[in-house]
Amino acid sequence: MEILVCVKRVPDTAENEFQLNSAGNDLDRDDLVYSVNEWDNYAVEEAIQIVDRVGGNVTVVTVGDSESEEVLRREMAMGANNGVLMSDDAFEGSDGKGIATILAGEIKKGKYDLVLTGAQADAAAGQVGGMLAAMLDLPYASLVNKIEIEGSKLKIGREIEGGNQEMNEIELPCVLSIQTGINEPRYVGIRGIRKVAQVEIPVKDAAALGVDPASVGDAGAKVKRVDYFVPVLGDGAEMLEGSTDEIIAQLIERIKSKGGLA
Amino acid sequence: MSPLIGPANFMFFDFFPAAILSVLIPVVGVALFTYIMARRIAPLVRAAPDNRFNNIPERIKNLLIIWLAQWRQPRYMVAGVLHIVIFAGFLILSIRSTSLVIIGISDGFVLPGFGGVIGDIYNVLKDYAATAVLVACIIAAVRRGVVRPARYDVPAKYGKDHTAEAVFVLGVISTLMISESLFEATELAAEMQHTGHAEFLAPLSLVWIFRGMVSGFAQSTLQGLHLVMYYIHDLTFFFFLCFLPMGKHFHVITSIFNVFFMRVKKGNIKPVKYGVNAEELDNLESLGVKKLEDFTWKHILDFYSCADCGRCSDQCPANAVGRPLSPRFITIKARDLIFKNYPIKSGEIYKSKLLVEDIYTEDEIWSCTTCGACEQECPLGIEYIDKIVDLRRGMVDEGMVPQSLQKPLKALEKRGNPYGIMEKKRSDWCTEKEFAAECSVKILDGGETADTLFFVDSITSFDDNIKTIAKNTAKILTRAGVDFGILGKAEKDSGNEVIRFGEEMLFQNLKSHNTEAILESGVKQIVTADPHAFNALKNDYTGLPPVKHVSQVITEKIKAGALTLKEAQEPESVYVYHDPCYLGRHNGIYEDPREALDAIKNLNRVELAKSRDRSFCCGGGGLMLFYEPEEETRMGVLRVKMAAEAGATVIITACPFCLVNIQDAIKVAGKEGEMRAMDFTELIAQHLA
Amino acid sequence: MTQIYVYVTHKGGVADDIASEFIAAAKKIDTGATVTAVVTGSGADLDKIAQSLTSKYAEVIKISDPALAYPNAEVIRKALCNVLDKSAILLAPHDTLGMDLCPGLSIKMDSAFAADVVDFEGIDGGKLKLVRQELGGAVSTHVTCDISNGAVITIRPGAFAAADASASGKVTDKPAGDLAVKRRFLEVVQAEVGDVDITKSDVLVSVGRGIQEQENIAIAEELAEAMGAVVSCSRPIVDAKWLEKGRQVGTSGKTVKPKVYMAMGISGSFQHMGGVKGNPYIVAVNKNPKAPIFQVADVGIVADILEFMPALTEAIKDLK
Repeated sequence: MEILVCVKRVPDTAENEFQLNSAGNDLDRDDLVYSVNEWDNYAVEEAIQIVDRVGGNVTVVTVGDSESEEVLRREMAMGANNGVLMSDDAFEGSDGKGIATILAGEIKKGKYDLVLTGAQADAAAGQVGGMLAAMLDLPYASLVNKIEIEGSKLKIGREIEGGNQEMNEIELPCVLSIQTGINEPRYVGIRGIRKVAQVEIPVKDAAALGVDPASVGDAGAKVKRVDYFVPVLGDGAEMLEGSTDEIIAQLIERIKSKGGLA
Repeated sequence: MSPLIGPANFMFFDFFPAAILSVLIPVVGVALFTYIMARRIAPLVRAAPDNRFNNIPERIKNLLIIWLAQWRQPRYMVAGVLHIVIFAGFLILSIRSTSLVIIGISDGFVLPGFGGVIGDIYNVLKDYAATAVLVACIIAAVRRGVVRPARYDVPAKYGKDHTAEAVFVLGVISTLMISESLFEATELAAEMQHTGHAEFLAPLSLVWIFRGMVSGFAQSTLQGLHLVMYYIHDLTFFFFLCFLPMGKHFHVITSIFNVFFMRVKKGNIKPVKYGVNAEELDNLESLGVKKLEDFTWKHILDFYSCADCGRCSDQCPANAVGRPLSPRFITIKARDLIFKNYPIKSGEIYKSKLLVEDIYTEDEIWSCTTCGACEQECPLGIEYIDKIVDLRRGMVDEGMVPQSLQKPLKALEKRGNPYGIMEKKRSDWCTEKEFAAECSVKILDGGETADTLFFVDSITSFDDNIKTIAKNTAKILTRAGVDFGILGKAEKDSGNEVIRFGEEMLFQNLKSHNTEAILESGVKQIVTADPHAFNALKNDYTGLPPVKHVSQVITEKIKAGALTLKEAQEPESVYVYHDPCYLGRHNGIYEDPREALDAIKNLNRVELAKSRDRSFCCGGGGLMLFYEPEEETRMGVLRVKMAAEAGATVIITACPFCLVNIQDAIKVAGKEGEMRAMDFTELIAQHLA
Repeated sequence: MTQIYVYVTHKGGVADDIASEFIAAAKKIDTGATVTAVVTGSGADLDKIAQSLTSKYAEVIKISDPALAYPNAEVIRKALCNVLDKSAILLAPHDTLGMDLCPGLSIKMDSAFAADVVDFEGIDGGKLKLVRQELGGAVSTHVTCDISNGAVITIRPGAFAAADASASGKVTDKPAGDLAVKRRFLEVVQAEVGDVDITKSDVLVSVGRGIQEQENIAIAEELAEAMGAVVSCSRPIVDAKWLEKGRQVGTSGKTVKPKVYMAMGISGSFQHMGGVKGNPYIVAVNKNPKAPIFQVADVGIVADILEFMPALTEAIKDLK
């Protein structure tokens, strides 16, 4: 099975404390550390496991600048066979649709039986997989936490509310977005990455992908981030005082505003 | 002269010389033994290299103390004394056994030098030795077969019970003792009948008793018995020789080598591969132990040498709390695999599979806290930590790392600490307003210099609760007049657990980063309050200024009069000192912290039953705090209960991880209010005069 | 005038709470918008739901087809494409169905897409201004969305106050059209009881040593039930075997990223808080006013959880 996995280099949520820059309109990126998007890592592991079972190849692709190459190498150290970096100044400022358009350019050039993405990434939109599928006219399922191969079809589980699992049958080729917990991704150490340090990773620009520069990047983006902001936090907790009834009334109001009362 | 005909001259059925048998049995026995040994040596030859021909004086010392003097045996008194008796008996009787073989060919043979008085003395000695060995065997058999101490049990998951083999071998040894003694007794009885004169025999020895028993037998009976006993002894002897390499009694042969080659340096971890330096690691095809032959030859020898005594597992904290690890079976399972893959019968060599899928489980290998209790205990010098680390290296190389450990490892790679906190916050503990007003700490990041570096390490820098250790250490050092500073954001995790969890390359990165930062700071010595950092810097790093644990500095300063302590602030509290593994067992620092505590007048201090080199691990530090082991209880809880038994109300630790684990354990054990845990530095800081 | 469709999800014959939240969200987009509810499904249940929505919406589009009996996003997407005006704004919940349905729908409708919106700030020059969160909720962002060619937008359930609206609308039946897809729903496998994934819950009622006894875990469970939350805990609770290992939050347990974290009788050790990520709203209740949890919590209450939790549970129940 030929599997393509779309990955992204993102600021690591576990290893960063996000602060705004002095201008207050972007993250202070000086001290940020980046890694492969957690969901994508599960997707790559799943692809490798499928190929281990039925044979084939895993290709990892990403859209980004030259620094994004490191996440491709990390996934190749895990066991992905090929990597492709899609990089072009024209790609900068792409919205989800722009990214999906660029990825679709690469996918159309190959013959892939299965395209995987992470269920979501740093922007927490969870959009690229579904868009890709629609652009390529392929069936799609999101939040996939189980894949079984049954001939030209897959039996897949989707994680739905309440931790329940929605089982579906989906025809190949298809696009799936992978939820965390579908497997246990293997560890990639520094040695593993060094082993693939010399592997050639092709870089493709808009022309090579057959993508119209006007349809992607800032030019093609309908959805644009204006700025970042962080809700103001005080020192320590706001201590609620008064009678139990008063405290509870105040507390309920606060929890409600934070989406804590379903 | 004895009227009996010895085996050298006897004719069976008047025509068949018994001497032929006397030659045949040793020849066949030795040939068989040689073949078996050749098979046993095959995996040693195919194994990875090991550097064990250094430190010869130290090795000879080990041989004399641990092997010959059986120094570690009495740590388990009954079994130890029994073993010493059997071991000493074997040494003495080996001479007799050798000469007996030759007596079968040459009547009345005496080894050179064993004629005359020496021979007489030796005879008394060996008669008593045989007697003592027989008695020891009987007691041992009763212990194994009837009393059955729990540490010999074989849990179902590890296979069948080993009692039968143990008792069988005790039977074989007893047979040797009895046949040898009867062989001699029949001859002496016949002689006595003949001459009417009883030769002197060690009173109450086996021979003495047997001679009494058979003295009334007819001469023909004695003649028959004499020969039968000779050949029973001869056959048993060579059977035993060939049987030894088949199981746990291989140690009779290998122990002398195993002890000679045992580890002489403590606290460090073996290189990935001897002869391959850190820069060349990238070129290795594979890293760590994945298959049987990836172990070093010494580690294979370890597997051969295990006597199945169960002391390692009896001391193992992981085993005590029901984690899926028993060091004894790390060895036994490997030995069984060697025997299976290198069968005696067919002479084939089967290919070894990935060990962690074949005989070990991943959880088993991750369960070890590297506390070193097993190695400390083993009377044969078998090592475990290096094997566990080598297996982990193999698992890391294969990507087999539990998710719970991947998180902190990634954070260590990205941020230099397992929590993923930004580097610049590493020195926040000393810039907190309240503390900074009281004590100023230099940060050696270019501008300032100091004599001494206080290496804080990750948990002490970042954990809000443990930062107090950093603060108290700084206060004490300041009071003692030590000119010190910290590296601040230039410091990364010491990596003590990184290397021990098998992430060699990450450790090498941390090590070279820290080494460079430390050397650049220009300090002349290093102090740390974290035994794990202490151990790594002292034993795993090279080329650094001398490293001390803060307890050593404190004791030094007290002795020099630079630090004085008040009288005990809580004379009603009962303090007990818990030896951290990486301070005690791995680095031999037992007395410094105790001396410092005893410098506090009227401090009521008791000792734990398990202390010093038998200290019981609190649950492990560093990455072990992130690992989710399967276990029935926590090591810390057992430790807290031990402290309660000792009557303590305050457990003093000298390690940040011990403090975390024991504080938690006090809560879990429901002893909050009755008992508390405190770091050594806090107690000293409280008592600064 | 802006045309806004709201896609109302439903379960067991009842519309989800999102139906009321859409009204507030639509108002924040454009107070003068025409808001039309859209429901898909089949049978009498759907008729009932559509009818119930007429009390809130002037128009309810009902797309009924046996193929829509189970909400298979692939089928719904086709139906919506067949029926709806592509230049309009469509709102849907950002839940597991919305996530499955909407990104692809925006492509098929050739309109803009914005996900998991928590607030709208009106339309300015053909661009809708909205607020989202990124990086696991650590930061918020202002985003503009070009709605000149319509938009598909998912909104975070609970982010918009449920608004009361009274209407006496009508139900319009629309034929679903061609619904052939390459994905077939098979069944829903229910999560095993006691096998709760605390990492997936938006609200956690997390208990620590303050719970004191195993019997008291039930008190926390009642509160969690009232809040639609899941019970998690700190390590001592697992060690005491009062809850299973899978419930433990911390560096040696699970890493959770809820929206609201109710730390009940948890002192807030470094090891525990190491497992709480994504900047949730932390409510701390602890007897000890000096408990470190109050340093990291957003709101703190000094109280005995064994008294406080039942009172809170009652208050929440009364609310409903």
